[in-house]
Amino acid sequence: MAGKKITITVKIWRQVGPETEGRFEEHRLEEIDPDMSFLEMLDVLNEKLTLAGRQPVAFDHDCREGICGMCGAVVDGIAHGPEEETTLCQLHMRHFRDGETICIEPFRARGFPLVRDLVVDRSAFDRIIQAGGYVSVNTGSARDGNTIPVAQNVAEQAMDAAACIGCGACVAACPNGAAMLFVSGKISQFALLPQGRPERGRRALAMVRAMDAEGFGNCGNERECEKVCPKGLSIRNIARLNREYLRAALMGDE
Amino acid sequence: MQLDPRIPDGPLAEKWDTCRFENKLVSPANKRKYQVLVVGTGLAGASAAATMAELGYNVKSFCIQDSPRRAHSIAAQGGINAAKNYQNDGDSIFRLFYDTIKGGDFRSREANVYRLAQVSGNIIDQCVAQGVPFAREYGGTLANRSFGGAQVSRTFYARGQTGQQLLLGAYSALMRQVAAGRVTIYPRREMMDLVVEDGRARGIICRNLITGGLERYAGHAVVLATGGYGNVYYLSTNAMASNVTAAWRAHKKGAGFANPCFVQIHPTCIPVHGDYQSKLTLMSESLRNDGRVWVPKKPGDRRHPNDIPEEDRDYYLERKYPSFGNLVPRDVASRNAKEVCDEGRGVGGTGLAVYLDLQQAIERDGLEVILKKYGNLFQMYEKITGRDPSREPMMIYPAVHYTMGGLWVDYHLMSTLPGLFVLGEANFSDHGANRLGASALMQGLADGYFILPYTIGNYLARAGRPGLRTDSDSYRQAEEAVQRRIDRLLKNSGGRGANLRTVDHFHRKLGALLWDYCGMARNREGLSHALATIPEIREEFWQNLLVPGSGQELNQSLERAGRVADFLEFAEIMVRDALAREESCGCHLREESQTREHEAKRDDEHFSHVAVWEYTGEGQEPRMHREPLHFENVTPSRRSYK
Repeated sequence: MAGKKITITVKIWRQVGPETEGRFEEHRLEEIDPDMSFLEMLDVLNEKLTLAGRQPVAFDHDCREGICGMCGAVVDGIAHGPEEETTLCQLHMRHFRDGETICIEPFRARGFPLVRDLVVDRSAFDRIIQAGGYVSVNTGSARDGNTIPVAQNVAEQAMDAAACIGCGACVAACPNGAAMLFVSGKISQFALLPQGRPERGRRALAMVRAMDAEGFGNCGNERECEKVCPKGLSIRNIARLNREYLRAALMGDE
Repeated sequence: MQLDPRIPDGPLAEKWDTCRFENKLVSPANKRKYQVLVVGTGLAGASAAATMAELGYNVKSFCIQDSPRRAHSIAAQGGINAAKNYQNDGDSIFRLFYDTIKGGDFRSREANVYRLAQVSGNIIDQCVAQGVPFAREYGGTLANRSFGGAQVSRTFYARGQTGQQLLLGAYSALMRQVAAGRVTIYPRREMMDLVVEDGRARGIICRNLITGGLERYAGHAVVLATGGYGNVYYLSTNAMASNVTAAWRAHKKGAGFANPCFVQIHPTCIPVHGDYQSKLTLMSESLRNDGRVWVPKKPGDRRHPNDIPEEDRDYYLERKYPSFGNLVPRDVASRNAKEVCDEGRGVGGTGLAVYLDLQQAIERDGLEVILKKYGNLFQMYEKITGRDPSREPMMIYPAVHYTMGGLWVDYHLMSTLPGLFVLGEANFSDHGANRLGASALMQGLADGYFILPYTIGNYLARAGRPGLRTDSDSYRQAEEAVQRRIDRLLKNSGGRGANLRTVDHFHRKLGALLWDYCGMARNREGLSHALATIPEIREEFWQNLLVPGSGQELNQSLERAGRVADFLEFAEIMVRDALAREESCGCHLREESQTREHEAKRDDEHFSHVAVWEYTGEGQEPRMHREPLHFENVTPSRRSYK
């Protein structure tokens, strides 16, 4: 399968900790196989740095098949890089040219404090879910799964919204550092399904409040988030979030 | 080491009721006085932690990722089995039980598997109630598909992301309990050791992966839901951080390890493309419904597949297994792929691939029909390889996917160490020597939602509530041992000698050895070679390992080094177990145990048992114990795919 090897230069963000100053570091990498994934290219860089007695670049990653949501960086100004609906781990080096310089930075947002190099702290997302991103049903109290019919198209729309992997690219891409796409995915999933209805008002108010408290901004309809979303979540979900929020706020749902 | 499986008396269908009735209960007012530690937040860990918290226990939940939502259960694509019989096609609890135990080649416990089938329906109900967006029929009822050769339609699914949706369901239940103050989550923590006091599991030592600090946690019981050990092979479909460390540390503290040689190798993965490869990606087996598997007849035939005429192709599965053809079970398909590649007939840049050809199906049904069925898989393949499967055959190769072996547990899911419970892929209990498709999700959630929360109460009620101090000698000694090990891993830090190698170097070396000699087909000679070589790699590892940086910071090389160090120890009992099991069964062909037609030959007379390994000390040979398997409700039958 091997194509022609390429040589690239990476300009990559290095920062030891949140309190220290960061800077770009440049490394030339030869013999990069175009079939390599982007993270495998970073592995190669790290092997090289290690053997040269230097500290490798810290970056988050786990499943490397585009579903765990752990990886992510801004590549040449775009969260997760140039390919649409693709996580960083599913981006391959064949999309880069021989001789190209690639700029790699962490996700930058007020809600995601930097930890080290490309690693950021996204625990704010967990706290937003804690505020109401669930259906309150204890184990054992469920009725038969077929008791409440759910129209196929509704189930499909709920699945579209639920496909979010929580990577945070939407926040990194948003000029306001908003987490609205992330929040709206969960709100939409549960607003669409009958199981989520009883708590919809309380959920919308609580999750939006938690989102604000974490320092995320508001949606300005720039649509940058849906452009970088690896799972193709639509900003229609944000419209639904706004409706749910308004409905709950006006009806005094709490 | 005592192996009492604690299976209740009475008829199979009543055992679980009997167990629940005989269990001692913790009174509702007392539950809040108990502390339980749960390590791992996949389907099993998250569901167990959430459910115990709902019952009123205090739970601490640990994971190595930055959020509990990222555990590797999330990557499961296909679906989850349940004996709901919604399709009216003759499914039943007994049929799901029978299919699972037969699929495992009669190497699992009847009572455990039957209970799994019994609670399977409750799992679906629970997940629906949580708002998991399962696929639906037009009328709004739940949709099913048939999966992995099952003759009934019992698999529930949420597109190709069933694992993700089920995990997010369990995660949301867990987050609800965090908000309720019953669960505290500790992300980016790696369990480094188990603390045992008075012969009971009492706590854990964790490394905070951000600060590098070692932390002590105490509980009245410890639950491990830390997944499988497939990454011992270096390349697998597992996530990069999946590891055996927590299970191995528990083993060294007294928990028996059962059937470590049982590893499932999946036939349809995207092949390896270079030395830098870090992981393998699975593609759904459903492709084999329409695809034909072939290699060139002549070794070294380098022509483009589209230029190789029909008469020069060897459709080896159709040739050897005329009645099942391309739909032979996973182990048979995997073994034959490796065999033709070993003959030099493999294709692709590395020669480690076979063609999976859908051209004929495209000509027969039209591209549109085929894309409707497999469009997402075609896209995934093209994304990774840059090649279009509608124009040329796909290339596939087997990859390590799931480990059936794990820490031994009794019917209560408790290990040989009192107070240590093990769930999901980390235990050995339900899949025997081979796991059926769509059964991993079922087992993880059965263990976590519906089994452990009942059985752990019985333990806690009987064991009482000793204090939760972490300043005793056992904690101090455990922490010091962890620290010494970290210091040893870092001893070459800052060095630049020509002999020094990175962690991945050793991991790759170990992986290649195991893949060659302890993979799909095994023999005494190869296994003996592996057993002799592992200590050499281990010694070199401790001599020449280069881990940069320090222990007092985020250090991903150090994290990997610790895991590989444990793999290097664990690999040895895996190979020993494979050596001791002189039969072919489930996923594995033992070359000395074949029929005249070169098919796997199981040996029920000598090997109808669970092999359980006991750790006997550093440098000592481990001791093997046997738990005999009794079949009172099914008769072990033999497989044939000719």
